[in-house]
Amino acid sequence: MKGRLPYNVGGARIDRSRVLRFTFDGKVVEAHPGDTVGSALHAAGQTTLSRSFKYHRPRGLLCCAGQCPNCLVDVDGSPGVRACTEPVREGMTVTPQNAWPSLGFDALRAVDRVGGPFTPPGFYYKMLIRPRAAWRLAEPMIRRVAGLGRLDPGATERRWRTDYRRRHCDVLVVGGGIAGLAAAVRAAELGADVVLADDGPEPGGRCLAEGDGARVAALAERASAAGVELLQGASALGFFDGLVAVWQGSVLHQVRAARTVVATGAVEQPLLFAGNDLPGVMLSGAVRRLISLYGVAPGTRAVVAGVGDPALEAAVALRAAGIHVAAVADARPSPTGEAADALRAAGVPLLEGHTVVRAAGGSRVAKVTLAAPDGTRSRLRADLLVISGGMAPATSLLAQAGTSLEHDGERGRFVPADLPPGVFAAGQVLGHDAPAAAELSGAVAGADAAHELGLGDDASRALLAEDVSALRGASPGTPSAPPPAPPKGERGRCVVCLCEDVTVKDLKTAVAEGFDDIELAKRYTTATMGPCQGRMCQRAVNAVLAEETGRAPAAVGLTTARPPWTTVPLGVLAGRPYQPAKRSALHARHREAGARIEWAGDWRRAYDYGDPDAEIAAVHDGCGVIDVSSLGKLLVRGPDAAAFLDRVYPNRMSTLAPGRIRYGVLTGEAGRIIDDGTVARLDDETFYVTTTSSGAGAIFEWLQWWQADWRLDVRITDVTQSLSAVNVAGPRARDVLAVLAPGLDCSADGFGYLDARRGAVAGVEALALRIGFVGELGYELHVASAHALTLWDALVAAGARPFGLEPQRVLRLQKGHPIIGVDTDAETTPAMAGMDFAVKLDKDEPFVGRWALERLASRECTERLVGVVIEGEHVPGDGAVVVAGDAPAGRITSARRSARLGRGIGLAWVPNGLSELGSRIEIRDGGTTFAAEVVDAAFYDPDGERLRT
Amino acid sequence: MSFVLECPHCGPREVTDFRFGGEVRPGDDGGRPDAAALTRTLYLRANVDGVQREWWQHRSGCGAWFRAERDTGTNRVLRTAAAEVAW
Ligand code: FES
Ligand SMILES: [Zn+2]
Repeated sequence: MKGRLPYNVGGARIDRSRVLRFTFDGKVVEAHPGDTVGSALHAAGQTTLSRSFKYHRPRGLLCCAGQCPNCLVDVDGSPGVRACTEPVREGMTVTPQNAWPSLGFDALRAVDRVGGPFTPPGFYYKMLIRPRAAWRLAEPMIRRVAGLGRLDPGATERRWRTDYRRRHCDVLVVGGGIAGLAAAVRAAELGADVVLADDGPEPGGRCLAEGDGARVAALAERASAAGVELLQGASALGFFDGLVAVWQGSVLHQVRAARTVVATGAVEQPLLFAGNDLPGVMLSGAVRRLISLYGVAPGTRAVVAGVGDPALEAAVALRAAGIHVAAVADARPSPTGEAADALRAAGVPLLEGHTVVRAAGGSRVAKVTLAAPDGTRSRLRADLLVISGGMAPATSLLAQAGTSLEHDGERGRFVPADLPPGVFAAGQVLGHDAPAAAELSGAVAGADAAHELGLGDDASRALLAEDVSALRGASPGTPSAPPPAPPKGERGRCVVCLCEDVTVKDLKTAVAEGFDDIELAKRYTTATMGPCQGRMCQRAVNAVLAEETGRAPAAVGLTTARPPWTTVPLGVLAGRPYQPAKRSALHARHREAGARIEWAGDWRRAYDYGDPDAEIAAVHDGCGVIDVSSLGKLLVRGPDAAAFLDRVYPNRMSTLAPGRIRYGVLTGEAGRIIDDGTVARLDDETFYVTTTSSGAGAIFEWLQWWQADWRLDVRITDVTQSLSAVNVAGPRARDVLAVLAPGLDCSADGFGYLDARRGAVAGVEALALRIGFVGELGYELHVASAHALTLWDALVAAGARPFGLEPQRVLRLQKGHPIIGVDTDAETTPAMAGMDFAVKLDKDEPFVGRWALERLASRECTERLVGVVIEGEHVPGDGAVVVAGDAPAGRITSARRSARLGRGIGLAWVPNGLSELGSRIEIRDGGTTFAAEVVDAAFYDPDGERLRT
Repeated sequence: MSFVLECPHCGPREVTDFRFGGEVRPGDDGGRPDAAALTRTLYLRANVDGVQREWWQHRSGCGAWFRAERDTGTNRVLRTAAAEVAW
């Protein structure tokens, strides 16, 4: 591995004794455990990692800290992964993004060279508005050219899943650098429950690569000892009204802390010069990390250019690693300090007041042009240009929390001005660049947070006072110069926004066209809108706009900080793809019997058992049994149970005798149907209520809500899951039951229609309800779910044939029974659905929906649910349109061919003029037209003789 | 939007645990409302900018309905009380 430094130089994180292999762009790359994809590729001489968004310019490692867009690659099919932070794994497949046909030769680079149609800012606004058709032609081409990787549209299974975790704590510290660690240690040692979220693989931040590794390691150890919950590889995505979302691998933590300490550090800024995005142009922090963490030589011959000490310190580190430093350009007129002295002593040309104006080369830096204060240019040969444009505090989270920022003109950066209650800041985000000062400020923030929570004592307050005064006296570090303005008259693009390929020239054009406010320029050019979230360009955009408009940087300001602060896969926010399935206690039997299982709401239900017509016939002529365990089942008990039901149902339930059943429809306050079911009175104070399957959960909650308001002496218990239910139906049902329930008087007189009885069926304690949704003699048997199988098996053995959901739908349609939510909608009133019989407006007590129902009763319905007989062999699909004089006038809600009746039947919504019996209507389903006649919806056994027999 | 409500039974939980039940409104006093009053009851809400009393249900927890006093401007919840508790 040619790019590696000698074994005794740097490489703290890698294990040089072992070698891993992965592929990049089809080629095998060797790496050491501990490497990132980016460090291994750079060591292997692969300096171009991606192609830029619009112009397909080659891009390589810039920050080596997951802050910029330059190293985005596809890893094992997941696009948008940052190579510089992604740990290597044996056998991983890494593919470049946005390059065609290959990363080395990208044909679309021509767009960059000749200046294609994507050049102007505001392209989308200007070029594709009219004619509209232009977009259709341009879109596929734009999609090919512009992009950040590809998703596989054929992928069905999500490779990883994200869980939510809610964590309430005393103090959340965001950032595990020296300041964050110090804050966490102090708060935890004072007794606070502390969570620390750090996006690195190990705590320590930049200190790890910049000579303070031992110091942060000691702090991290103290933090663990004090009980701090350290979350590594955990990125804070945003601050939402006191809740901080932290993404860590397959978990999205939702942390709500009483106090939050933001120690997010600072982002090293690039410089503006021609060719500033060439591979080989690297921030000083990247160089430090490549050397100390990965033992990688960033280049062989370096020029360094910066505005402050970080650049000089990188030059020192490069020399220590044995890399030639040709020159160091410092924007300050006379830099002083340790690093400057060391460079001077070593005889490295330290060019005072010099700036870099151009980097040139094909796919990597080859020549660097520097400018002296008087404008004189000098050209140097180099394959590495180390830059440092100053440290911009990472204020995004603070700004989201409500912090205002002020401009520090001396260093050319924005710093927090005031902090909202409950929020503290520490370290570089506050401008404390020197590690010692950052550590002190962390301790102060941690102590302040703990004290505000009532922790600590006199000793801790005394310590805090000491720290505060020490922090005041601490060296702020040698000041840096404000970043120089972009050079004039140099050939080559001077890129401001790397993510979106926006140049200084583009921003100038935007200003010239009137988009001179930073928020407008952002939207017009898309600068700051890419995956780096403005980390690399916010400040530069501010500077260019300030220069172009002649306003102060403070007046230009920054764009609004919005979440997410870190790019995050949408899948993480979407969470787990849950689709919970409910299965009845009898599910296994249905499968064994060969049932077709279908979704019915949340339930998996038996649609049919392979022969729906035979199943229907069994119910008509013999005995069938269907699993109706999904019905909602509620016990309403208490001295006020009857009064309660009278207040929620529009009909009377208090007059129901024990052992009797009544059908009931539930209406909301506006008098619209919300559910229906049966109410059985078991004794004076106990009612057994069933609801529809789909309404089960909602109706239970709805009833509880009324009870919470009325506070009657009644308890409502949801027994939907504890009890299973089957409906045994057909002319032979009585015989089957009589055999299995010898203790039950099953005679027509002893157990009549709408009677409720308790007794043992097949040895299982059951509540038997004589009701008939399907129109034949029938019993609904409710038993403890644990015994449902016993009951089912006995019923089947006694000759009951299982029938599924679809046969049941046909059977109930023959009776004209609407299904709530299928044949009705949110606007349906009982009158419209022909269910006025279930509304008793003459009740004395108030009930839910009473006044609305009363008012509705005084008005004519404009449409009605009616039965229709459809001519011909076929029936329209559910949802087909009823037309009157060529205009849609209604719809079919259910239609089936009834073998028993020998015709097509259905339920339909029709307007008033068509609802009278005998009206002829026309139905259209796609291209097919059906003729139909409105009839009484009780198609089968209209007098209910079979039901009551 | 994100805040914490204190379920009277379970303690403080994220708002996403709860179902919002709207403003606490006066109950039906048995008197027949005219059309305008009925419309107001059914369809119009005070929608105050400030403190209001609301119904909430701890749906992902104990399931209980309770009342809360919340400042709609700041989402600060001033207090919560179980349905049985008069206030
Ligand atoms: S080099 Fe990887 S994000 Fe900047
Ligand atoms: Zn609760």
